[in-house]
Amino acid sequence: MIEVRELRREFKVATSKGLRRNYKTVTAVDGVTFGVEAGEAVGYVGPNGAGKSTTIKMLTGILVPTSGHIQVSGVDPAKERRDLAKRIGVVFGQRSQLWWDLPLKDSFDLLKSIYRVSARDYGVRLEECVELLGLQELLMTPVRQLSLGQRMRGEITAALLHAPELLVLDEPTIGLDLESKERLREFLKDINTRRGTTLLLTTHDLDDIERLCPRLMVIDHGRVLADGPLDELRAEVTPERELVIDLREPGPAPDVPGVTAVRSEANGMRHHLTFRRAETTAAQLITQVVRQVEVHDLAVVEPQIDDVVRKLYQREVAQDVHR
Amino acid sequence: MADTIYPKLIGARLRSQMSYRASFAMDFLTQVIAQCYELLVILILFTQIHALGGFTKNEVLLMYAFAGAAFGVADLFAGQLDNLPTYIRTGSFDVLLMRPLGTLPQIMCSDIRLRRIGRITGGLAVMGYALANVPIDWSPAKVVLTIATPVAGAVIYSSVWVVACSTCFWIVDGREFANAVTYGSNAFTSYPTNVYSRPLRWVMAYIVPGAFVAYYPSLALLGKQDPLGLPGWVGWTSPLVAALAAAAAGLVWRFAVRHYRGTGS
Ligand SMILES: Nc1ncnc2c1ncn2[C@@H]1O[C@H](COP(=O)(O)OP(=O)(O)OP(=O)(O)O)[C@@H](O)[C@H]1O
Ligand SMILES: [Mg+2]
Repeated sequence: MIEVRELRREFKVATSKGLRRNYKTVTAVDGVTFGVEAGEAVGYVGPNGAGKSTTIKMLTGILVPTSGHIQVSGVDPAKERRDLAKRIGVVFGQRSQLWWDLPLKDSFDLLKSIYRVSARDYGVRLEECVELLGLQELLMTPVRQLSLGQRMRGEITAALLHAPELLVLDEPTIGLDLESKERLREFLKDINTRRGTTLLLTTHDLDDIERLCPRLMVIDHGRVLADGPLDELRAEVTPERELVIDLREPGPAPDVPGVTAVRSEANGMRHHLTFRRAETTAAQLITQVVRQVEVHDLAVVEPQIDDVVRKLYQREVAQDVHR
Repeated sequence: MADTIYPKLIGARLRSQMSYRASFAMDFLTQVIAQCYELLVILILFTQIHALGGFTKNEVLLMYAFAGAAFGVADLFAGQLDNLPTYIRTGSFDVLLMRPLGTLPQIMCSDIRLRRIGRITGGLAVMGYALANVPIDWSPAKVVLTIATPVAGAVIYSSVWVVACSTCFWIVDGREFANAVTYGSNAFTSYPTNVYSRPLRWVMAYIVPGAFVAYYPSLALLGKQDPLGLPGWVGWTSPLVAALAAAAAGLVWRFAVRHYRGTGS
């Protein structure tokens, strides 16, 4: 679906010092290579200024790359922008593609004509989105009067009316409250799994990734730091898992080889243990623990995705120091 | 069937404007008066002189009217390019690039202001008056030329506008430059080309093909010799020049859009 090789994009920016006008070159995307298969859902994350939006704009034909090769949906975005636009849907959390002063429904009608969607397909698709995203009440409201969350639901509907095979979203959940976020994720999950629409999304809310994207791509300073299944990345950078046990009676932490007791709480009623996932399985560990102490409740805690990403950034810094 | 979308886009725009209830009549009138003001300048000029560059008052009015009508039509469509710097600076140009349509037609339909019809109306009225009062040896071909001239002129103006506005992709205040070029060329074409000094004439008449908007077609209609020495058939070539100008403008625009850089956020 997406094929990117050695993609680069530079920006010349003016740096005025005194009267002299100097230019320096900022490399926003610096040799990015990746591929996305049809039906995947990929999360593209990185700190501010990492180059996420710039990559997305090149993938969607908005910006022309400085160098490198891109193919999206079988076409070169910079050369066949209009062709590409018919096959993909794009949502920018920070920008609206709706007609500001017109009722929401009018924007949808216009997009129907722009993308030459048949009346039948349009009816079916619109109804589906309206139902799943709860837009019934809002169709006649001018876009400028919609709240951010309401508008975002409109934007996503707008991007899906022509049934794109790929949906690209740049920070779709920015500024939304928890409930709106959850609703949006639910919907995106649904179109990815049920309709098979490929998803590529950037976000700063790692819960989006946890809920939606089996695959994570981390970028910083325009370079890909990590790319792979979320579980594998987690295992790789945070090899330790945590086991939390609640005892029936206060007591010392059980002593099992290969396990470190990190801390205890509630006067020795609760203990946090860590173990390396490569060395023992949770099941083995639990069998050994229950032999030693009487357990009331227990839970295996996966490291938070934030920790995973933070560790990935740190790893890069460490490598830079080594060089 | 191909492009029924553009009328819809224009319709959407007009409905948006309705939602603000702008005073259409007032704006319309302002435009007519603006057009009349320039007319007044010519009329006052001719109280002092009898001919300008060998042309009578009504002949000059004919050129002025052709230029005015053409400029009015061009303004109606290409005038929206005034907003291009805003599109570029705020990054909303992104949205135009997301759609399976050309960016130029989208901008042209983006903010049509019907009050600009005021200008066209003014131009057409003067054109009617001038045509009735100059000696023309009418033939079917000349009728076609009369109708084709404002259209070709509008295409030429629009092309100039597009090329001038393309600079906005590089220069922050390209708009000032674009306005100077377009309004400048309108002022230029409203008078007989031969009254201008040589360097200005070369640039504004042939490079920016301003002389083909009104001057040469008027010569052909009037059956007059070109004081600048070009043969008579040149007056019939405006539609061709317009097509070439449009093609050139299209190329420049495409080149410019490739240099669009968006915004950082
Ligand atoms: N139009 C532009 N002109 C100049 N520099 C730009 C432009 N667009 C992006 N940049 C620079 O390129 C770099 C990457 O920007 P980009 O918008 O891709 O980051 P991002 O990963 O999307 O960040 P964020 O999470 O803040 O949205 C930044 O250093 C930014 O300043
Ligand atoms: Mg961004």
